[in-house]
Amino acid sequence: MTRNSIDRLAPWLTGLGFVVVWWLVIVMFGIQRYILPTPWETLNAMYTFRGPLFTNGLATLATTLIGFGIAVVVGMILGIIVGSSRLAYRALYPLLVAFNSVPKAALVPIFVIWFGAGAVPAVVTAFMLSFFPVVANVATAFATIEPELLEVMRSLGASQSDMTIKVGIPRSLPYFFASLKIAITLAFVGSVIAEIVAGNSGIGNVMLVAGSNFNVPLVFAALFVVGAMGVGMYAIFDFVERRMTGWSVRGSNMMQHVGGG
Amino acid sequence: MTFIQLTDVDLVYGSGSNAATADTLAVSSASISVEQGEFVSVVGPSGCGKSTLLKLIAGLVRPSRGSVQVDGRNVQAPLKTVGMGFQNATLLPWRNVRDNVMLPLEIVEPYRSRQKQDRDKNIERAETLLTTVGLSGFGGRMPWQLSGGMQQRAQLCRALIHEPSILLLDEPFAALDTFTREELWSVLQELWLFRKCTVILVTHELREAVYLSETVHVMSSRPGRIIKSSSVGLSRPRTLESTFQPDFVELVHDLRHHIGRGKQT
Repeated sequence: MTRNSIDRLAPWLTGLGFVVVWWLVIVMFGIQRYILPTPWETLNAMYTFRGPLFTNGLATLATTLIGFGIAVVVGMILGIIVGSSRLAYRALYPLLVAFNSVPKAALVPIFVIWFGAGAVPAVVTAFMLSFFPVVANVATAFATIEPELLEVMRSLGASQSDMTIKVGIPRSLPYFFASLKIAITLAFVGSVIAEIVAGNSGIGNVMLVAGSNFNVPLVFAALFVVGAMGVGMYAIFDFVERRMTGWSVRGSNMMQHVGGG
Repeated sequence: MTFIQLTDVDLVYGSGSNAATADTLAVSSASISVEQGEFVSVVGPSGCGKSTLLKLIAGLVRPSRGSVQVDGRNVQAPLKTVGMGFQNATLLPWRNVRDNVMLPLEIVEPYRSRQKQDRDKNIERAETLLTTVGLSGFGGRMPWQLSGGMQQRAQLCRALIHEPSILLLDEPFAALDTFTREELWSVLQELWLFRKCTVILVTHELREAVYLSETVHVMSSRPGRIIKSSSVGLSRPRTLESTFQPDFVELVHDLRHHIGRGKQT
Protein backbone atom coordinates (compact mmCIF):
# COMPACT_ATOMS: atom_id res chain seq x y z
CA MET A 1 0.00 0.00 0.00
CA THR A 2 1.47 3.34 -1.00
CA ARG A 3 1.88 6.29 1.31
CA ASN A 4 -0.63 8.25 -0.75
CA SER A 5 -3.43 5.71 -0.38
CA ILE A 6 -2.84 5.47 3.38
CA ASP A 7 -3.19 9.24 3.42
CA ARG A 8 -6.46 9.05 1.58
CA LEU A 9 -7.89 6.18 3.65
CA ALA A 10 -6.87 7.62 7.02
CA PRO A 11 -10.00 9.72 7.71
CA TRP A 12 -12.29 6.78 6.78
CA LEU A 13 -10.36 4.41 8.99
CA THR A 14 -10.60 6.73 12.01
CA GLY A 15 -14.33 7.16 11.28
CA LEU A 16 -14.73 3.38 11.21
CA GLY A 17 -12.71 3.06 14.40
CA PHE A 18 -14.98 5.58 16.07
CA VAL A 19 -18.06 3.53 15.14
CA VAL A 20 -16.44 0.31 16.41
CA VAL A 21 -15.59 1.91 19.78
CA TRP A 22 -19.11 3.29 20.01
CA TRP A 23 -20.56 -0.16 19.45
CA LEU A 24 -18.17 -1.85 21.86
CA VAL A 25 -19.05 0.62 24.63
CA ILE A 26 -22.75 -0.16 24.22
CA VAL A 27 -22.18 -3.93 24.20
CA MET A 28 -19.72 -3.91 27.10
CA PHE A 29 -21.78 -1.73 29.43
CA GLY A 30 -25.19 -2.92 28.26
CA ILE A 31 -26.44 0.58 27.52
CA GLN A 32 -30.14 0.97 26.66
CA ARG A 33 -31.11 2.29 23.26
CA TYR A 34 -33.00 5.29 24.77
CA ILE A 35 -29.73 6.36 26.42
CA LEU A 36 -27.31 5.67 23.59
CA PRO A 37 -28.47 3.97 20.39
CA THR A 38 -26.13 1.71 18.43
CA PRO A 39 -24.69 2.91 15.13
CA TRP A 40 -27.02 0.52 13.37
CA GLU A 41 -30.12 1.93 15.09
CA THR A 42 -28.92 5.42 14.24
CA LEU A 43 -28.49 4.45 10.61
CA ASN A 44 -31.90 2.84 10.69
CA ALA A 45 -33.49 6.01 12.09
CA MET A 46 -31.74 7.99 9.37
CA TYR A 47 -33.34 5.76 6.73
CA THR A 48 -36.80 5.68 8.36
CA PHE A 49 -36.95 9.46 8.75
CA ARG A 50 -35.07 10.27 5.55
CA GLY A 51 -37.85 12.56 4.31
CA PRO A 52 -38.05 14.90 7.34
CA LEU A 53 -34.28 14.75 7.82
CA PHE A 54 -33.74 15.81 4.21
CA THR A 55 -36.18 18.76 4.21
CA ASN A 56 -35.14 19.95 7.66
CA GLY A 57 -31.50 19.43 6.78
CA LEU A 58 -31.99 21.68 3.77
CA ALA A 59 -33.67 24.28 5.98
CA THR A 60 -30.72 24.23 8.38
CA LEU A 61 -28.28 24.38 5.48
CA ALA A 62 -30.10 27.42 4.09
CA THR A 63 -30.19 29.40 7.36
CA THR A 64 -26.58 28.45 8.04
CA LEU A 65 -25.37 29.56 4.63
CA ILE A 66 -27.28 32.85 4.78
CA GLY A 67 -25.92 33.66 8.23
CA PHE A 68 -22.47 32.53 7.16
CA GLY A 69 -22.62 34.61 3.97
CA ILE A 70 -23.47 37.76 5.90
CA ALA A 71 -20.72 36.92 8.41
CA VAL A 72 -18.16 36.59 5.60
CA VAL A 73 -19.02 39.97 4.08
CA VAL A 74 -19.29 41.82 7.40
CA GLY A 75 -16.25 40.00 8.78
CA MET A 76 -14.12 40.83 5.76
CA ILE A 77 -15.06 44.53 5.87
CA LEU A 78 -14.58 44.81 9.64
CA GLY A 79 -11.33 42.87 9.37
CA ILE A 80 -9.97 45.24 6.72
CA ILE A 81 -10.95 48.28 8.80
CA VAL A 82 -9.60 46.90 12.06
CA GLY A 83 -6.42 45.61 10.41
CA SER A 84 -5.55 48.73 8.42
CA SER A 85 -5.81 51.33 11.13
CA ARG A 86 -4.34 51.25 14.59
CA LEU A 87 -7.01 53.63 15.79
CA ALA A 88 -9.81 51.39 14.51
CA TYR A 89 -8.09 48.40 16.09
CA ARG A 90 -7.94 50.09 19.47
CA ALA A 91 -11.46 51.40 19.18
CA LEU A 92 -13.22 48.31 17.86
CA TYR A 93 -11.34 45.23 18.97
CA PRO A 94 -12.35 45.21 22.67
CA LEU A 95 -15.97 45.59 21.64
CA LEU A 96 -15.67 42.73 19.14
CA VAL A 97 -14.07 40.47 21.73
CA ALA A 98 -16.78 41.34 24.24
CA PHE A 99 -19.41 40.60 21.62
CA ASN A 100 -17.81 37.25 20.87
CA SER A 101 -17.59 36.30 24.55
CA VAL A 102 -21.34 36.59 25.06
CA PRO A 103 -22.91 33.11 25.05
CA LYS A 104 -24.93 33.14 21.85
CA ALA A 105 -27.43 30.54 23.07
CA ALA A 106 -28.48 33.05 25.71
CA LEU A 107 -29.21 35.58 22.99
CA VAL A 108 -31.59 33.39 21.01
CA PRO A 109 -34.65 34.20 23.18
CA ILE A 110 -33.93 37.88 22.63
CA PHE A 111 -33.76 37.33 18.87
CA VAL A 112 -37.08 35.53 19.09
CA ILE A 113 -38.61 38.55 20.84
CA TRP A 114 -37.18 40.81 18.14
CA PHE A 115 -37.73 38.71 15.02
CA GLY A 116 -40.30 36.10 16.06
CA ALA A 117 -39.73 32.34 15.98
CA GLY A 118 -38.57 30.71 12.76
CA ALA A 119 -35.67 31.09 10.38
CA VAL A 120 -34.54 34.64 11.22
CA PRO A 121 -33.17 33.93 14.73
CA ALA A 122 -31.27 30.96 13.27
CA VAL A 123 -29.71 33.14 10.58
CA VAL A 124 -28.77 35.81 13.12
CA THR A 125 -27.28 33.27 15.53
CA ALA A 126 -25.31 31.61 12.74
CA PHE A 127 -23.98 35.06 11.80
CA MET A 128 -23.13 35.96 15.40
CA LEU A 129 -21.11 32.80 15.93
CA SER A 130 -19.23 32.84 12.67
CA PHE A 131 -18.22 36.42 11.96
CA PHE A 132 -15.55 36.78 14.63
CA PRO A 133 -12.98 34.31 13.25
CA VAL A 134 -13.24 36.05 9.88
CA VAL A 135 -12.64 39.48 11.43
CA ALA A 136 -9.76 38.25 13.56
CA ASN A 137 -7.99 36.46 10.70
CA VAL A 138 -8.40 39.19 8.09
CA ALA A 139 -7.34 41.83 10.63
CA THR A 140 -4.24 39.81 11.47
CA ALA A 141 -3.34 39.50 7.80
CA PHE A 142 -3.67 43.23 7.28
CA ALA A 143 -1.84 44.16 10.47
CA THR A 144 1.15 41.96 9.66
CA ILE A 145 2.00 43.29 6.19
CA GLU A 146 5.78 43.76 6.00
CA PRO A 147 6.62 47.41 6.73
CA GLU A 148 9.10 47.46 3.84
CA LEU A 149 6.36 46.51 1.45
CA LEU A 150 4.23 49.38 2.68
CA GLU A 151 7.22 51.67 2.21
CA VAL A 152 7.66 50.49 -1.36
CA MET A 153 4.00 51.19 -2.00
CA ARG A 154 3.97 54.56 -0.27
CA SER A 155 7.12 55.69 -2.03
CA LEU A 156 5.32 55.02 -5.32
CA GLY A 157 2.51 57.26 -4.14
CA ALA A 158 0.03 54.42 -3.63
CA SER A 159 -3.26 55.39 -2.04
CA GLN A 160 -4.85 53.52 0.84
CA SER A 161 -7.17 51.75 -1.57
CA ASP A 162 -4.22 50.73 -3.80
CA MET A 163 -2.58 49.14 -0.80
CA THR A 164 -5.78 47.37 0.21
CA ILE A 165 -6.51 46.02 -3.27
CA LYS A 166 -3.01 45.19 -4.47
CA VAL A 167 -1.42 44.04 -1.23
CA GLY A 168 -3.85 43.72 1.67
CA ILE A 169 -6.59 41.60 0.15
CA PRO A 170 -4.43 39.15 -1.80
CA ARG A 171 -2.18 38.77 1.22
CA SER A 172 -5.14 38.13 3.51
CA LEU A 173 -6.67 35.40 1.33
CA PRO A 174 -4.90 32.44 2.99
CA TYR A 175 -5.94 33.78 6.40
CA PHE A 176 -9.42 34.45 5.07
CA PHE A 177 -9.95 30.93 3.74
CA ALA A 178 -8.54 29.42 6.91
CA SER A 179 -11.12 31.42 8.84
CA LEU A 180 -13.94 30.30 6.52
CA LYS A 181 -13.34 26.70 7.48
CA ILE A 182 -13.72 27.60 11.15
CA ALA A 183 -16.61 29.97 10.52
CA ILE A 184 -18.73 27.51 8.52
CA THR A 185 -18.63 24.91 11.29
CA LEU A 186 -19.53 27.57 13.88
CA ALA A 187 -22.38 28.75 11.68
CA PHE A 188 -23.89 25.26 11.82
CA VAL A 189 -23.61 25.32 15.60
CA GLY A 190 -25.35 28.70 15.66
CA SER A 191 -28.32 27.80 13.51
CA VAL A 192 -28.89 24.42 15.21
CA ILE A 193 -28.84 26.08 18.66
CA ALA A 194 -31.39 28.63 17.51
CA GLU A 195 -33.57 25.90 15.99
CA ILE A 196 -33.48 23.92 19.23
CA VAL A 197 -34.44 26.94 21.29
CA ALA A 198 -36.96 28.53 19.00
CA GLY A 199 -37.19 26.89 15.62
CA ASN A 200 -40.22 25.58 13.84
CA SER A 201 -38.12 23.72 11.31
CA GLY A 202 -34.56 22.61 10.77
CA ILE A 203 -32.38 19.87 12.19
CA GLY A 204 -32.41 21.49 15.63
CA ASN A 205 -36.16 21.34 15.66
CA VAL A 206 -36.08 17.66 14.63
CA MET A 207 -33.76 16.97 17.56
CA LEU A 208 -36.00 18.85 19.97
CA VAL A 209 -39.12 16.97 18.90
CA ALA A 210 -37.36 13.59 18.75
CA GLY A 211 -35.83 14.17 22.18
CA SER A 212 -39.14 14.96 23.80
CA ASN A 213 -40.52 11.72 22.28
CA PHE A 214 -37.55 9.76 23.62
CA ASN A 215 -36.66 8.91 20.03
CA VAL A 216 -32.93 9.01 20.81
CA PRO A 217 -31.86 7.21 17.62
CA LEU A 218 -33.46 10.03 15.61
CA VAL A 219 -31.62 12.63 17.74
CA PHE A 220 -28.38 10.90 16.85
CA ALA A 221 -29.39 10.59 13.21
CA ALA A 222 -30.02 14.36 13.17
CA LEU A 223 -26.63 15.01 14.76
CA PHE A 224 -25.05 12.92 12.04
CA VAL A 225 -26.76 14.94 9.35
CA VAL A 226 -25.39 18.19 10.84
CA GLY A 227 -21.94 16.68 11.16
CA ALA A 228 -22.00 15.43 7.58
CA MET A 229 -23.09 18.83 6.28
CA GLY A 230 -20.32 20.47 8.30
CA VAL A 231 -17.68 18.14 6.89
CA GLY A 232 -19.07 18.67 3.37
CA MET A 233 -18.90 22.45 3.58
CA TYR A 234 -15.47 22.27 5.18
CA ALA A 235 -14.25 20.14 2.30
CA ILE A 236 -15.64 22.61 -0.23
CA PHE A 237 -13.83 25.55 1.38
CA ASP A 238 -10.70 23.50 1.74
CA PHE A 239 -10.79 22.80 -1.99
CA VAL A 240 -11.45 26.45 -2.85
CA GLU A 241 -8.63 27.51 -0.55
CA ARG A 242 -6.16 25.24 -2.32
CA ARG A 243 -7.21 26.57 -5.70
CA MET A 244 -7.12 30.23 -4.71
CA THR A 245 -4.04 30.44 -2.53
CA GLY A 246 -1.69 27.84 -3.91
CA TRP A 247 1.12 30.40 -3.62
CA SER A 248 0.91 30.28 0.15
CA VAL A 249 1.19 26.50 0.40
CA ARG A 250 4.29 26.26 -1.74
CA GLY A 251 5.03 23.05 0.07
CA SER A 252 5.77 19.57 -1.03
CA ASN A 253 3.65 18.65 -4.01
CA MET A 254 3.72 21.94 -5.94
CA MET A 255 7.47 22.10 -5.62
CA GLN A 256 7.85 18.80 -7.45
CA HIS A 257 6.02 20.01 -10.52
CA VAL A 258 7.96 23.19 -11.08
CA GLY A 259 11.29 22.37 -9.53
CA GLY A 260 13.66 24.64 -7.68
CA GLY A 261 15.41 27.35 -9.63
CA MET B 1 24.06 70.47 -10.03
CA THR B 2 22.81 69.57 -6.59
CA PHE B 3 19.78 67.33 -6.82
CA ILE B 4 19.21 66.15 -3.26
CA GLN B 5 20.06 68.46 -0.41
CA LEU B 6 19.70 67.68 3.30
CA THR B 7 20.51 70.67 5.49
CA ASP B 8 21.04 70.30 9.23
CA VAL B 9 18.42 67.56 9.54
CA ASP B 10 17.38 66.20 12.93
CA LEU B 11 14.93 63.37 13.25
CA VAL B 12 13.35 62.41 16.54
CA TYR B 13 11.38 59.16 16.76
CA GLY B 14 8.65 58.72 19.33
CA SER B 15 5.88 61.09 20.29
CA GLY B 16 7.38 61.98 23.66
CA SER B 17 4.00 61.68 25.32
CA ASN B 18 5.04 58.78 27.52
CA ALA B 19 8.25 57.98 29.26
CA ALA B 20 8.51 54.38 28.12
CA THR B 21 8.98 55.39 24.50
CA ALA B 22 11.41 58.17 25.30
CA ASP B 23 12.31 60.15 22.23
CA THR B 24 15.20 58.77 20.28
CA LEU B 25 17.26 61.10 18.22
CA ALA B 26 17.90 58.98 15.13
CA VAL B 27 19.66 61.56 13.00
CA SER B 28 21.34 64.70 14.21
CA SER B 29 22.39 67.72 12.13
CA ALA B 30 22.88 65.63 9.05
CA SER B 31 23.85 67.53 5.96
CA ILE B 32 24.41 65.82 2.68
CA SER B 33 24.22 66.87 -0.92
CA VAL B 34 23.93 64.61 -3.90
CA GLU B 35 24.46 65.58 -7.52
CA GLN B 36 22.05 64.62 -10.25
CA GLY B 37 23.00 61.19 -11.54
CA GLU B 38 25.51 60.58 -8.78
CA PHE B 39 25.97 57.23 -7.07
CA VAL B 40 26.33 57.84 -3.34
CA SER B 41 26.80 55.39 -0.50
CA VAL B 42 26.15 55.95 3.17
CA VAL B 43 28.10 53.69 5.51
CA GLY B 44 28.24 53.54 9.27
CA PRO B 45 27.87 51.33 12.30
CA SER B 46 24.57 49.50 12.63
CA GLY B 47 21.67 51.43 14.11
CA CYS B 48 23.22 54.76 13.18
CA GLY B 49 20.22 56.08 11.31
CA LYS B 50 21.29 55.21 7.77
CA SER B 51 17.90 53.80 6.87
CA THR B 52 16.23 56.83 8.40
CA LEU B 53 18.19 58.98 5.99
CA LEU B 54 16.58 57.14 3.06
CA LYS B 55 13.11 57.53 4.53
CA LEU B 56 13.74 61.25 4.89
CA ILE B 57 14.75 61.55 1.25
CA ALA B 58 11.79 59.47 0.09
CA GLY B 59 9.49 61.69 2.11
CA LEU B 60 8.25 58.76 4.18
CA VAL B 61 9.17 60.63 7.37
CA ARG B 62 9.45 64.36 7.90
CA PRO B 63 12.49 65.91 9.55
CA SER B 64 12.06 67.25 13.08
CA ARG B 65 14.42 70.08 12.18
CA GLY B 66 16.24 71.21 9.07
CA SER B 67 15.19 70.74 5.49
CA VAL B 68 15.15 68.01 2.87
CA GLN B 69 15.09 69.24 -0.71
CA VAL B 70 14.88 67.25 -3.89
CA ASP B 71 15.26 69.02 -7.21
CA GLY B 72 15.03 72.40 -5.46
CA ARG B 73 11.72 71.65 -3.74
CA ASN B 74 11.07 70.84 -0.11
CA VAL B 75 9.96 67.23 0.39
CA GLN B 76 6.52 67.42 1.99
CA ALA B 77 4.98 64.07 1.11
CA PRO B 78 6.22 60.74 -0.24
CA LEU B 79 7.98 61.38 -3.56
CA LYS B 80 6.56 59.48 -6.47
CA THR B 81 9.75 59.46 -8.47
CA VAL B 82 11.78 57.11 -6.33
CA GLY B 83 12.42 53.40 -6.51
CA MET B 84 13.23 51.58 -3.31
CA GLY B 85 14.99 48.31 -2.52
CA PHE B 86 15.51 46.56 0.79
CA GLN B 87 17.40 43.68 2.34
CA ASN B 88 14.20 41.64 2.06
CA ALA B 89 13.20 41.44 -1.55
CA THR B 90 9.55 42.02 -0.49
CA LEU B 91 8.20 40.58 -3.70
CA LEU B 92 4.48 39.83 -3.59
CA PRO B 93 4.33 36.04 -3.22
CA TRP B 94 1.07 35.69 -5.14
CA ARG B 95 2.43 37.34 -8.29
CA ASN B 96 4.92 35.91 -10.68
CA VAL B 97 8.20 37.73 -11.16
CA ARG B 98 7.05 39.68 -14.21
CA ASP B 99 3.90 40.93 -12.51
CA ASN B 100 5.93 41.85 -9.45
CA VAL B 101 8.27 43.92 -11.58
CA MET B 102 5.31 45.62 -13.22
CA LEU B 103 3.71 46.62 -9.90
CA PRO B 104 4.89 50.26 -10.00
CA LEU B 105 3.32 50.68 -13.43
CA GLU B 106 -0.05 49.97 -11.83
CA ILE B 107 0.43 52.81 -9.37
CA VAL B 108 2.62 55.55 -10.80
CA GLU B 109 1.26 57.97 -13.38
CA PRO B 110 1.37 58.29 -16.35
CA TYR B 111 1.73 54.49 -16.64
CA ARG B 112 -1.24 53.82 -14.40
CA SER B 113 -3.88 55.32 -16.65
CA ARG B 114 -2.33 53.74 -19.74
CA GLN B 115 -2.01 50.25 -18.25
CA LYS B 116 -4.52 48.59 -20.57
CA GLN B 117 -3.33 50.09 -23.87
CA ASP B 118 0.33 49.62 -22.96
CA ARG B 119 0.04 46.10 -21.59
CA ASP B 120 2.22 44.53 -24.29
CA LYS B 121 4.73 47.35 -24.18
CA ASN B 122 4.97 47.07 -20.40
CA ILE B 123 5.51 43.33 -20.50
CA GLU B 124 8.27 43.86 -23.02
CA ARG B 125 9.77 46.55 -20.84
CA ALA B 126 9.72 44.23 -17.81
CA GLU B 127 11.27 41.39 -19.81
CA THR B 128 14.02 43.66 -21.12
CA LEU B 129 14.82 44.81 -17.62
CA LEU B 130 14.81 41.22 -16.35
CA THR B 131 17.23 40.30 -19.12
CA THR B 132 19.65 43.08 -18.16
CA VAL B 133 19.86 41.68 -14.62
CA GLY B 134 20.28 38.12 -15.88
CA LEU B 135 16.76 36.89 -15.23
CA SER B 136 15.59 36.32 -18.78
CA GLY B 137 13.11 33.48 -18.89
CA PHE B 138 12.24 33.79 -15.21
CA GLY B 139 9.33 36.21 -15.66
CA GLY B 140 6.75 33.48 -15.26
CA ARG B 141 8.28 31.99 -12.12
CA MET B 142 6.88 32.63 -8.67
CA PRO B 143 9.14 34.48 -6.20
CA TRP B 144 9.63 31.46 -3.94
CA GLN B 145 11.09 29.55 -6.85
CA LEU B 146 13.95 32.05 -7.01
CA SER B 147 17.10 32.09 -4.93
CA GLY B 148 17.80 35.06 -2.66
CA GLY B 149 20.13 36.65 -5.19
CA MET B 150 17.59 36.27 -7.99
CA GLN B 151 14.90 37.82 -5.81
CA GLN B 152 17.16 40.80 -5.26
CA ARG B 153 17.68 41.12 -9.02
CA ALA B 154 13.92 41.08 -9.48
CA GLN B 155 13.56 43.68 -6.77
CA LEU B 156 16.02 45.96 -8.58
CA CYS B 157 13.87 45.64 -11.70
CA ARG B 158 10.76 46.56 -9.74
CA ALA B 159 12.55 49.58 -8.31
CA LEU B 160 13.58 50.76 -11.78
CA ILE B 161 10.71 49.92 -14.11
CA HIS B 162 8.94 53.27 -13.74
CA GLU B 163 12.22 55.06 -14.50
CA PRO B 164 12.52 56.85 -11.20
CA SER B 165 14.97 59.73 -10.95
CA ILE B 166 16.16 58.46 -7.56
CA LEU B 167 16.94 54.90 -6.51
CA LEU B 168 17.14 54.33 -2.75
CA LEU B 169 18.69 51.04 -1.64
CA ASP B 170 18.75 49.92 1.97
CA GLU B 171 21.39 47.19 2.37
CA PRO B 172 19.96 45.33 -0.59
CA PHE B 173 22.69 42.69 -0.70
CA ALA B 174 23.27 42.24 3.03
CA ALA B 175 21.59 38.85 3.24
CA LEU B 176 23.43 37.33 0.28
CA ASP B 177 26.58 35.25 0.19
CA THR B 178 29.78 36.98 -0.88
CA PHE B 179 29.88 35.62 -4.43
CA THR B 180 26.30 36.51 -5.22
CA ARG B 181 26.79 39.90 -3.65
CA GLU B 182 29.85 40.69 -5.75
CA GLU B 183 28.03 39.56 -8.85
CA LEU B 184 25.19 41.93 -8.04
CA TRP B 185 27.59 44.83 -7.56
CA SER B 186 28.44 44.58 -11.21
CA VAL B 187 24.75 44.22 -12.16
CA LEU B 188 23.92 47.36 -10.21
CA GLN B 189 26.88 49.25 -11.64
CA GLU B 190 25.78 48.36 -15.13
CA LEU B 191 22.21 49.45 -14.46
CA TRP B 192 23.47 52.75 -13.12
CA LEU B 193 25.91 53.37 -15.97
CA PHE B 194 23.10 52.70 -18.39
CA ARG B 195 20.35 54.70 -16.70
CA LYS B 196 22.29 57.40 -14.89
CA CYS B 197 19.67 57.86 -12.22
CA THR B 198 20.70 59.17 -8.82
CA VAL B 199 21.39 56.28 -6.46
CA ILE B 200 21.75 56.37 -2.70
CA LEU B 201 22.93 53.09 -1.27
CA VAL B 202 22.94 52.37 2.43
CA THR B 203 25.34 49.59 3.36
CA HIS B 204 27.70 48.43 6.02
CA GLU B 205 29.95 46.74 3.51
CA LEU B 206 32.79 49.18 2.78
CA ARG B 207 34.08 47.39 -0.31
CA GLU B 208 30.59 47.52 -1.74
CA ALA B 209 30.39 51.24 -1.07
CA VAL B 210 33.74 51.98 -2.71
CA TYR B 211 33.12 49.66 -5.65
CA LEU B 212 29.83 51.29 -6.56
CA SER B 213 29.98 54.92 -5.50
CA GLU B 214 31.22 58.29 -6.62
CA THR B 215 31.02 59.53 -3.06
CA VAL B 216 30.94 57.63 0.23
CA HIS B 217 29.51 59.33 3.31
CA VAL B 218 30.41 57.97 6.72
CA MET B 219 27.90 58.30 9.54
CA SER B 220 28.69 58.25 13.22
CA SER B 221 26.82 55.98 15.59
CA ARG B 222 23.44 57.13 16.82
CA PRO B 223 22.46 59.90 16.68
CA GLY B 224 23.81 59.78 13.17
CA ARG B 225 25.82 62.62 11.71
CA ILE B 226 27.91 62.67 8.57
CA ILE B 227 31.48 62.65 9.84
CA LYS B 228 33.35 62.12 6.60
CA SER B 229 32.68 62.28 2.89
CA SER B 230 35.20 60.76 0.49
CA SER B 231 35.00 60.84 -3.23
CA VAL B 232 36.04 57.75 -5.12
CA GLY B 233 38.04 58.69 -8.19
CA LEU B 234 38.42 55.18 -9.61
CA SER B 235 37.59 54.77 -13.28
CA ARG B 236 34.48 52.98 -14.57
CA PRO B 237 33.46 50.35 -15.11
CA ARG B 238 35.02 48.88 -12.02
CA THR B 239 35.60 45.16 -11.80
CA LEU B 240 36.31 42.74 -9.01
CA GLU B 241 39.92 43.11 -10.05
CA SER B 242 39.76 46.82 -9.07
CA THR B 243 38.90 45.85 -5.51
CA PHE B 244 42.43 44.50 -5.12
CA GLN B 245 44.18 47.63 -6.46
CA PRO B 246 46.18 49.63 -3.90
CA ASP B 247 44.11 52.84 -4.26
CA PHE B 248 40.87 50.85 -3.70
CA VAL B 249 42.26 49.13 -0.64
CA GLU B 250 43.58 52.48 0.58
CA LEU B 251 40.08 54.02 0.36
CA VAL B 252 38.45 51.12 2.19
CA HIS B 253 41.09 51.28 4.87
CA ASP B 254 40.60 55.00 5.32
CA LEU B 255 36.81 54.61 5.63
CA ARG B 256 37.23 51.81 8.15
CA HIS B 257 39.36 54.17 10.20
CA HIS B 258 36.67 56.86 10.19
CA ILE B 259 33.94 54.42 11.17
CA GLY B 260 36.06 53.33 14.11
CA ARG B 261 36.35 56.95 15.18
CA GLY B 262 32.63 57.52 14.71
CA LYS B 263 31.88 54.69 17.11
CA GLN B 264 34.01 56.18 19.85
CA THR B 265 32.37 59.61 19.85
